[in-house]
Amino acid sequence: MVVSTEVAAARAKAATEAILADLKTAPRGVVVDSPPGAGKSTLVVRAAAELADAGERVIVIAQTNEQVDDLAVRLAVAHPEMEIGRLSAQAYARPERLMPHENVRHETNPADLEERPAVIGTAAKWATVSDAGKWPWAIVDEAYQMRSDLLLRVAGLFAKALFVGDPGQLDPFSTVETQRWTGLSWDPMSSAVEVMLAHNADVVPVHALPVSWRLPASAAPVVSRAFYPFTPFTSATDAGERKLRWTAASLARTPADDALELAAEAGWALYQLPHRHTLRTDREAVAACAELAARALRRGGVAESENGAASVTPERIAIGTAHRDQAAAVRAALASLGVSGVTVDTANRLQGREFELVIVLHPLSGRQDATAFHLETGRLCVLTSRHRQACVVVAREGIPELLDRHPSVEPVHLNVPVKFPDGWEAHQSLLAHLSQFAIRA
Amino acid sequence: MTMLTSLARALAAERGRAELIRTVRHVHLSPRPLVFIPLELAGEANGPLAALVGDDPEKPHLLTISEPRNRTQRFAWAADLAAIVLPYIDSFADADIGEDEAYQDAPQLLVPNPGGLGFTRLLGRSTRFRRTQGEYAVPESVPLLGRWLTFFAERSEVPASSLILSMTDALTAHWATGQSAMEDGHLAALLAWIDPPAGMTGAEAALAAEDPGKWPPAGPATHPDFDNDVLEGRVRAVRSAADAGDEGGLNRAQAGFAAALRSQLEPTWSLMWQGVELLRGLREADYLGKRWERDRWSFSGHVRRLADDGAPQARRDNAVRAAQRLSSLERDQQFIDVQAAFEDPLVMAEQRMSGEAFAGSAVEVLADRTDDTGKRTVPRPWVTIATADGVLIEVGKKVKVVRATGTRQDAIVRIVEPGDEAGAERGVGTTAVTVELTSGMGRKKTPEPGGVPAVGEFLIATTLTGDFQPSPKWPEKEETPWTHGGPPPEYVPNDEDAGEAWS
Repeated sequence: MVVSTEVAAARAKAATEAILADLKTAPRGVVVDSPPGAGKSTLVVRAAAELADAGERVIVIAQTNEQVDDLAVRLAVAHPEMEIGRLSAQAYARPERLMPHENVRHETNPADLEERPAVIGTAAKWATVSDAGKWPWAIVDEAYQMRSDLLLRVAGLFAKALFVGDPGQLDPFSTVETQRWTGLSWDPMSSAVEVMLAHNADVVPVHALPVSWRLPASAAPVVSRAFYPFTPFTSATDAGERKLRWTAASLARTPADDALELAAEAGWALYQLPHRHTLRTDREAVAACAELAARALRRGGVAESENGAASVTPERIAIGTAHRDQAAAVRAALASLGVSGVTVDTANRLQGREFELVIVLHPLSGRQDATAFHLETGRLCVLTSRHRQACVVVAREGIPELLDRHPSVEPVHLNVPVKFPDGWEAHQSLLAHLSQFAIRA
Repeated sequence: MTMLTSLARALAAERGRAELIRTVRHVHLSPRPLVFIPLELAGEANGPLAALVGDDPEKPHLLTISEPRNRTQRFAWAADLAAIVLPYIDSFADADIGEDEAYQDAPQLLVPNPGGLGFTRLLGRSTRFRRTQGEYAVPESVPLLGRWLTFFAERSEVPASSLILSMTDALTAHWATGQSAMEDGHLAALLAWIDPPAGMTGAEAALAAEDPGKWPPAGPATHPDFDNDVLEGRVRAVRSAADAGDEGGLNRAQAGFAAALRSQLEPTWSLMWQGVELLRGLREADYLGKRWERDRWSFSGHVRRLADDGAPQARRDNAVRAAQRLSSLERDQQFIDVQAAFEDPLVMAEQRMSGEAFAGSAVEVLADRTDDTGKRTVPRPWVTIATADGVLIEVGKKVKVVRATGTRQDAIVRIVEPGDEAGAERGVGTTAVTVELTSGMGRKKTPEPGGVPAVGEFLIATTLTGDFQPSPKWPEKEETPWTHGGPPPEYVPNDEDAGEAWS
C-alpha cells in the first residue's frame, strides 16, 4: 500500500519538476490547473522560493487576506531565512499566526518592501500600486476565482506570471447581468486564466497536478470523473490507507448511524429524506445535517491516515450548504443540539478548506426547479471535494426526476468555448455514484 | 424572486388582482415620452415590418414596409422613423449650453417589452454604420438614427437609467400578479391584472386578454395566425398590383396592408399609455432625481459627441473600456440597491427577510462608552437591538443604522446572540445584536445630544452601507497588458463594421 503513495509522490514530483523547468524557459508564464487538495499552496511556496533563489524578485497575488496570510505563514515556515514582504491595507491587523515569523514584514507601501525577494498581497491591494513593470515575476494564486478585470489592473506590475488555480471551483461572478461582452476574448466577467489564455495560448504552457493528497481513494476517481473529465487525477493514498472508525457503539441505532457507518466504510453516503417540495431552509433536511454531525461526534470518530491516527473533533467536521440562510439554519440546529465548533458554511466560503468528514446539504434537495445557480458545477464540486475521509450528502428523494425535468438549456454563444462538464452532467454523474450508498432516513 | 414577491404573487392569485410590491416609483417618467412599438417580420432577424411611434397619445404615426425583405425599402423605413424620432430628440437639445452644462430635460423612449429593447439595439447596430454616399447610400438621417438608438440601447444596461424603458419591466418591478413571469411578458395580460376593466377580476381580464384577435402580441414578434391568415394575403396583393403596374390597385393594396398592421399595433398603443398613467399614479422615489440628472448629462454628452466628430459607436468595447464599464455598472447597481432600500420600506423588508438587515427596539444602550486606543478619545457607544428578524450578519461587519428620525449612522456589529426558534416564531425579538456606533455623534469626546439612540427607539440596521467607492485605476488603452492581448489597434470605422461575425 505504501508503494502506491510512493508512486503517487513520484508522479507529483515529476509534475512539479516539469512546471519549475517550464518557469525557466516560458516566455510569458505558466498555468497550473490544480484539482482539490493537489498541493497548490505547496507549489506556490516552492515556485516563489525557486524564483527568489534565482535572483528574480517575485510578487504573490492572492484573492483574500486569509489566503495571503496563509501563504505568508507557509513561506515563512518553509524558508525561515527568506525576507518576505506582506503588502497590506491601512486597517490590516497582523493575525496571531503570523506573529512568530519575524522574517515577514508588513507595510502598506510597496516601496518599503522593494528590496524583499518575495512580496505577498491581495489582488485588490496590488491593483492600487501604480509603479508598473517593477517585478520580473508574479505568482497568481486562485487565478480561476479572479475576474479578468482585476487581472487587467495588476498585470502591468509584472513581466511574467505563474497562474495557479482550480478550474473546477466556483466561477467569479458579477452583481450586474449583461451579455454585452459575451464572446469577447477579454470579457471582464470571465476568469483571469480564461482571458489570459485566450490571448496567449500558444506561448503559455498549461500543466495539471496529477495527484490529490486530500481526497481519499474512494473519492478521487468519482470527483475526477464528474468534474475533471479531461485532466484526470488520482488519490495519493490507496484504498484502506485512510480509515474512519467509530469508537463508541450506538445504543439505539438510527438511520443516521447507518449513514455514518456506510460513509466510514465506503467514503460516501447519501442520506435520503422522503420526496417533498420545501422552502430553502427545509427544516427536516437542516435537522438531519445537524443530527449527523452531532451523531458523528458522539460516536467518537478516529481518522487513520498516512499521518497517523487522530480523533475527529468538531474542528475536523464541516457542513456545506448552497445558501447562507441554510447555513444559518444549520448553525441554529447545531446550537440547539448543544454542538459547537463544527464549521458550517456555504460552498463559496468552504473553497480551499479541508476536513475529515463533510456533510453536504444537496443544492437541489427539495427544490421544484433546477436553476443555473443550483446546477453550477463548481458549487457541487467544492461541496463534495473538501473531505479527507468521508462525505455524507443529505438530500430529498426526487433529484434525478428534477434533473430530467430541467435539461440544460443554457444558450450557446459565438466564440464562447462550451464548458464541460456542465452542471447537469456533473450532477447526474455524482448522483449515479451516490445512489449506490443510499440510506433512507 | 424574493420571498416577499412570492408572497405578493400568492396574494394576487388569491385576490384576483395585482399587488403593489413597491411604495414609490423606481423609474423616472418623462412628461412627454416617445412611445415606440416595433413589429418585425417572422423569420427575419431584425427585419422591420411596421412601427407605431409618437409622443402624443392621440396621434400615433404608423410606418410600414410592404416588402420587408427589400433592403432599399428597409432603409427608407428607417429614414421615416428618423423623421419622427430625431425631431423629438432635438426638441430636448434646443438650448445653447456650455461644455460643463447639461440640458434641462432629456428624451425618453418607451417600448412595450424587453424584445422591444432588443429590437432597438439591433436596429441601431444595423443602421449606425450605413454610408450616405456611394453604393447603397442611405439618407443622412439613417446612420444618425442608428447612433441615437445605439445610445439608448447602451443606456438601458445602466441600473436605474430611464432614458429607455420597457413597459412590462417597469410594471412588473412595481406590481406582482397572480400569473407566471412568462405570462407577465404579455403586456395586455399584465395590465389586465393590474388595472382590470370594471366588473372583472384581474384573473378574468387576463384570461380575456389571451385572445390574440382582441389583444395581439405587443411585438416585436407578430402572431403566427396573423402572419398566415392576414399578412401573407396583403403582401401578395401589394406585390401583384406592383407587378401589374396598376397604380390605383397598388395604392388600395398598400392601404389594406397598412390597415392590417394598424389593427395589430393600436391595441398595444392604448396599453402603453394606460401603463404610463398607472406608473404616474405612484410617487417617484427621491433618488431618481439624481439618476435622471445623470441621464441628462449622458444625453447632453452624446449630443456634443455627435456634434464633434459624430463617429458611430465602436462595434465592441476594447479590454480597458469593457472593464471600466463593468466597474461603473457595478458601482451604479450598488448605489441603487442602497437608495432603493432606504427610500422604500418594502425593499428594506426584502433585505430584512434575506437576513442582510434587521429591525427592532434598542433594549440596552451604553452611551458613555469610548475608545481611547487611537490618537484621541472618541465616543463609541454600544447599542443592543432586539429583533425578531433572522439575522445573517456576522460580527465585525459594517452596517448602517437607520434612526427613527430617518438619519443614518455607521456602526460595526460586535455581538450577535441568536435567540431560540420558538421565540422567533411567536414574533418576539429574541435575537440580540449589539452594534458599536462610529459616526453621527459630533467631534467631541461625548456624543452630541440625539447622537445616540435611546432605549426603546426603533432602529433598522443594514449591510447596505453605500459608502462612496472611488473609481478604480485602470491602465491606459495604449498600456493594455499582454494578458489582455496588448494595446488594441486604433478604431477606425469602416464598411466591415456593418457586417456580422457570421455573415
